[in-house]
Amino acid sequence: MATPIETKLKDSAAAAGLALVLSIPFIGLHTISTDQGLVVESRWSWVAWAVGLVFIGRLLLGFARDALAARAASRPKKQAKPVAAGEPTLAARLTRAFMAVALLFAVTLPFMPYSDRYIIDLGTTVLIYILLALGLNVTVGLAGLLDLGFVAFYAIGAYSFALLSKFFGLDFWVCLPLSGLIAALFGALLSLPILRLRGDYLAIVTLGFGEITRIVILNWQSLTGGPNGVSGIPRPGLFGLSFDRRPPEGMGSFHELTGIDFSGEHRLMFLYLIVLALVCLVAWVINRLRALPVGRAWEALREDEIACRSLGINPTASKVSAYAIGGMMGGFAGCFFAARQGFVSPESFGFIESALILAIVVLGGMGSQVGVVIAALFIVMLPELGREFADYRMIVFGLAMITIMVWRPGGLLSTRVPTVKLDQKGA
Amino acid sequence: MSLLQLTGVCTNYGPIEALRGVDVTVEQGEIVTLIGANGAGKSTLLMTICGQPKPAAGSIVFDGQSIVDLPPHETAKLGIAQVPEGRRIFPRMTVFENLQLGATLGDPANFDTDIAYCFDLFPILQKRRDQRAGTLSGGEQQMLAISRALMSRPRLLLLDEPSLGLAPLIIRRIFDVINDLNKTRGMTILLVEQNAYHALKLAHRAYVLAQGQVVLQGAGPELLANPEVRAAYLEGGAH
Repeated sequence: MATPIETKLKDSAAAAGLALVLSIPFIGLHTISTDQGLVVESRWSWVAWAVGLVFIGRLLLGFARDALAARAASRPKKQAKPVAAGEPTLAARLTRAFMAVALLFAVTLPFMPYSDRYIIDLGTTVLIYILLALGLNVTVGLAGLLDLGFVAFYAIGAYSFALLSKFFGLDFWVCLPLSGLIAALFGALLSLPILRLRGDYLAIVTLGFGEITRIVILNWQSLTGGPNGVSGIPRPGLFGLSFDRRPPEGMGSFHELTGIDFSGEHRLMFLYLIVLALVCLVAWVINRLRALPVGRAWEALREDEIACRSLGINPTASKVSAYAIGGMMGGFAGCFFAARQGFVSPESFGFIESALILAIVVLGGMGSQVGVVIAALFIVMLPELGREFADYRMIVFGLAMITIMVWRPGGLLSTRVPTVKLDQKGA
Repeated sequence: MSLLQLTGVCTNYGPIEALRGVDVTVEQGEIVTLIGANGAGKSTLLMTICGQPKPAAGSIVFDGQSIVDLPPHETAKLGIAQVPEGRRIFPRMTVFENLQLGATLGDPANFDTDIAYCFDLFPILQKRRDQRAGTLSGGEQQMLAISRALMSRPRLLLLDEPSLGLAPLIIRRIFDVINDLNKTRGMTILLVEQNAYHALKLAHRAYVLAQGQVVLQGAGPELLANPEVRAAYLEGGAH
């Protein structure tokens, strides 16, 4: 419905007033350094411009909205098409096609002529975040249990590998499952005190868990090296072959054995392929789990805990397993992270990481694995692509996030894919 | 021996006494109805049988075994299935997945037979098989909730207000099915209802709860004719 012009003017005036209040400190006052030190300078003409622009922009927006509404009203209403049961929807088919293309692209990426150090490195980062988000997706997306401290599992996985290799000389391939197991153990431990918590309280406790883990690592100097971190973490090898120019004692080297000229890039490609394989494995495992009783129980728990109990599902076991499995995936990611960096320090495991991983899960649409992949690409790549905007890139990032949440409030892929679908022949 | 026997059950919510010494028995193959006003303790009684909340005093014996100390998922394993108040189906999962979850405790070998039985009972569910349960109408959701409970082949079915918020025609259909379950399958049913007329009509025996106590009990038709019951629960009621 068209709003009268007075309403529009009033609305625009309100927006302009808000712009005035905000633009005085942000735009109106400007510090410049002179010989006498910092001097505050005022730029009132800029403020006037900003206010004027907001007023006109808001007014135009009002008219545009009216025009859109009028067009929508004149169009005949579309009848909602009844979805034929059993038949894969267009969206489902598109998703499958997308995943196939994405997988092909991901596998071939490091061998493409256009890929360089930077692209492979970025790809590795994206895949680490996909791995983390897949793990968090189990707890948050499937079981519906909030976890604001997921980075703790990432840190535990990373430090497990770092310390096991430092003190016991174990290599990456031995530590990978061990890190996962240790993180899973911590996941189970975390889940015990929070079994009865919900909502805000759950958020606070999990947030605390993340911070406690980081602070313990930071302060336990004798074991973790505190803020100095742990360095000299061994690189993963391929069946005893090293990717270093001069392999360590007792190892062959990849470039000598295969006769390919040594290149530092091979190591990056190898790391990329490891994490890609890990992501595929984890995604496949979680997909399988979803169809098993344990995964089904997670989803039922998210939907309705009381109904779960009346059906004989033990909510305690479900919660513990959800945190443990989610934590295990985080542990894998952490172990890989340590191997890739060769160095870990508590700095890498701040709250912002937890928030970022959670943002990926929420943006992806809570529980959707494909959504997680797309959202991780988006969240990791966007700040990279926005580098040209320099200081403003985080603003662009925030703006993009808001746009998506307005456009798709339930996340990018918010429709849940059923775990079973029968053919309807018998029906 | 009775299938279910409650003796002197008291349940408190903090300082509030929701049940004050309730004795209820359910025999094998019976339909037993609990009626009573809002806040009389009907739902609390069902929930106490399931194991949450725990009673402060009294004993609950199911098939000769005390179940007072068991949590809900353990009582479910013994064969007590609850259709909770407000249906509580899993809205984002499909009808079929809901039924699968209902069979969590059942023998996988029975799954196909049981699901065929449910679809036979409520053919609409078969049509909606791959539809998200949250998109079903209220009546269909109730049918799903009942079917889901039946999937575990329970020995005792607890129904908490199955007629809540449903159209009269649907209510009749639901009660027909309840009656049918009892007659053809010999299902033992404990039914909690506000809709006293329908509930009493099909009950073998009934209890009237008021303020956490059993104030009246007897055969279903007998209570239906009782002037006190008529005055308190049936007058002016649409049926």
